[in-house]
Amino acid sequence: MTSAVILFFVVGGLAIVFSLLVVFQRNVVHSAMALVATLFLVAVLFLTLDAAMVGILQILVYAGAIMVLFLFVIMLLNPAVLEGRRLAWWGLGSLAALLLLFELIPLLLDSSGPASGQGSAGAGFGSPEMLAQSLFYDFVLPFEIASVLLLVAIIGAVVLAKREL
Amino acid sequence: MTATMIDIGIVAVKAALVLSMLLNLAGLLGWIERKGSALIQDRIGANRASIFGFAGLGLVNTLIADPIKFLTKEDFIPPKGDRLLHTLAPCLALFPALVTFAVIPFGDVLVLGGREINLQVANLNVGILYIFSMASLGVYGIVVGAWASNNKFSLLGGVRGSAQMISYEIAMGLSVIGIVMVYETLELQEIARAQGEVLWGWLPAWGIFLQPVGFLLFFTAAVAETKRIPFDLPEGESEIVAGYHVEYSGAKFLMFFTGEFAEIVTAAALTTTLFFGGWQVPYLMRDGLHFPWGGSLLLPHLLVVLLQVAVFGLKVVFFCWLQILVRWSLPRFRYDQVMRLGWKMLLPLALVNVMVTAVLIVAFQSGPVKP
Repeated sequence: MTSAVILFFVVGGLAIVFSLLVVFQRNVVHSAMALVATLFLVAVLFLTLDAAMVGILQILVYAGAIMVLFLFVIMLLNPAVLEGRRLAWWGLGSLAALLLLFELIPLLLDSSGPASGQGSAGAGFGSPEMLAQSLFYDFVLPFEIASVLLLVAIIGAVVLAKREL
Repeated sequence: MTATMIDIGIVAVKAALVLSMLLNLAGLLGWIERKGSALIQDRIGANRASIFGFAGLGLVNTLIADPIKFLTKEDFIPPKGDRLLHTLAPCLALFPALVTFAVIPFGDVLVLGGREINLQVANLNVGILYIFSMASLGVYGIVVGAWASNNKFSLLGGVRGSAQMISYEIAMGLSVIGIVMVYETLELQEIARAQGEVLWGWLPAWGIFLQPVGFLLFFTAAVAETKRIPFDLPEGESEIVAGYHVEYSGAKFLMFFTGEFAEIVTAAALTTTLFFGGWQVPYLMRDGLHFPWGGSLLLPHLLVVLLQVAVFGLKVVFFCWLQILVRWSLPRFRYDQVMRLGWKMLLPLALVNVMVTAVLIVAFQSGPVKP
């Protein structure tokens, strides 16, 4: 086993442990922190795959921005008064999990592994230049549409929060 | 010993060197802050430390006595607080402050025994983004510490602190875009190298000359990120006591404290690297000094590298001192003023700076725009 494979199993295993903790913790703040740890570990996996840009953005956007807001809301809503688990939610949750599992089964059964000669990506793969190239030249229209969508969401949030402008 | 073993050894030595420099400077700053504030306010300052009745070393005694005092104090966890998160929070506050330094170059290439050593712990092609991602993790120490203390003053301080940090992160990120556009890279070592060139034959191409507005915005936002006066709203003696670390004592408080000083050092090092040439000495090339008015002085390689590292250290210490000077000279803002400054002044100015830089780059570009 190469050191890269050992690293993958250690980081991947820890990511699984923390993602299980997200679900099985009773304390919501602990769950949120476990999710932050999971996101961080997945970012490390991206780093080992020559995708430093994606890994760093994963930390910057998900762990650094979105989860902070989640944590904010959880803390201000006081998780101590959350009600107990309900059977209906258990059923729905299990159904969603089963659906995901069916999606994953073909991937898990496919044991062919990576084709030979494709061990490592080419030079410059995952670099900011390459990402910018595809975002601002090849897919510039979808990119702009997505940013307009975000703008609409921001304006909507302002309108909802401030009744009289 | 194989080649990879030597490589791993070199990286380990570099990491240990940078970490010890960062921690030592952070520790020294705690003392400089006391004596410096005394100097600014015309007092004598800390001079009463005596260890086992020995006060002979004077100032050095204070430097030793401070950590001993913190480490021997009782570690108090609020009975209704969250034990796990209360202990985790100081680590979360210290970790980002320490790892950010990994991508900051402290010298050019050192050639030792035919081996080229890049004087930077990790050379990431997304260096600047790495710094911002680590800075964005700094919020957790505050939020988690504030919540785990189970104290309303703590929580208020934590909410204030995180709102402030998220606001100024945006302005800080945008203020650096100009630098990235001018030097056309996200790698900090490349940015430092590009600043070795000269403009009009004599002016070093430092960030401060190419991006003066960017420097002002970045430095302001960086001071706000360290949560010190005039931006120390997460604390407030008259309203919310010590804010998010009101329930912390002993070694855990020391960790928050060290994290703050490590942030100061990192902010100073970043300012140096982005705007003041990093390890560059004006007119110093790899083989010696070449003055624009003719004449050159050839220097041995080791001396050149030593000069670069020493000058980098000097610049960093200067900007640390500047931050301490700011902290003891200015009165603190009100909270709404902090928010208004961040969102209504710094953010629009940073956007205008990006626009103007883009227009100027396109206007002065001789060839066609790159594909």
